[in-house]
Amino acid sequence: MELTKIEQLLEKYFEATTTVTEEKALKTYFSKNDVPPHLKVYEPIFAQLIKAKNETFTRRVPLKSKNNLFKWMSVAAAIALLFGIYFLQTKNETLETEYTQEEIASAQEALKLLAFNFEKGSQQISHLQEFEKNTNKFLK
Amino acid sequence: MKQIEFINLVMPFKNKLFRLAKRLLISTEEAEDATQEILLKLWSKNNKIENYNNVEAFAMTMTKNFCLDRLKSKQAGNLKLVHSNYADENSSLQNHIEAKDSIDWVEKIMEDLPEQQKMVLQLRDVEEYDYDEIAAMLDMQPTAIRVALSRARKTVREKLLEKHSYGIN
Repeated sequence: MELTKIEQLLEKYFEATTTVTEEKALKTYFSKNDVPPHLKVYEPIFAQLIKAKNETFTRRVPLKSKNNLFKWMSVAAAIALLFGIYFLQTKNETLETEYTQEEIASAQEALKLLAFNFEKGSQQISHLQEFEKNTNKFLK
Repeated sequence: MKQIEFINLVMPFKNKLFRLAKRLLISTEEAEDATQEILLKLWSKNNKIENYNNVEAFAMTMTKNFCLDRLKSKQAGNLKLVHSNYADENSSLQNHIEAKDSIDWVEKIMEDLPEQQKMVLQLRDVEEYDYDEIAAMLDMQPTAIRVALSRARKTVREKLLEKHSYGIN
């Protein structure tokens, strides 16, 4: 490009009246090696503008679809809660309605028997304690 | 909107968001944080995103607002300490020595411009947007953009010539 044309464009550039295409022309002109000495001063300006455009954003951004996940989680939680309440309520009434009086009585009988045998067991243990006391005497 | 669609939508301009953020915040780390924040915000709005006729301009405006807020909240704090190697405006001689070459020097000059001029310079001279597009992004009148841009360009030239006359390369 002619030198006078470049000088004119520079003039316009600093008044901010150049178009984007003219500014691009200036950038290409100043990125060449044969810039005359009196215009050398402007070289770094355009070099910096070109350099600035080469920077890139390289970080990976974690995009989670947390919106949907959250929705479904709350639906699941609501269902679980409903089930919980349902079972809690039904269980309270069952014992007397589901079994007859006889069945409950026999179950109580069985539990009493169990308790009696447990009692026997703990009496044996007290014998053992006595035995241990005496053996300790001899050992000491 | 699916994740892949979103990435394809954002891909063409995510670097531009980052560069604008970096122009304003200066530190690369902070600019990356800001860009990530903006992209996540956009993603969280992804149902409404199709309603915006220009997502790019919208994202640019978001970035601008986000960065200006960040600068404001840090002004009283320790932002200057984070990159003290740039913020030392008083001792210009030291800056002369620090700048390795003229290109770095131009960058340092740009760092000292007022925020509005920085943004205008970034959007026009680096990203090559039209005045109308910049007007939409920054919510400014085209004439005001021209004035700010001319001032920014002239300041860069002035400071550069100043340095040139010192004769330090």
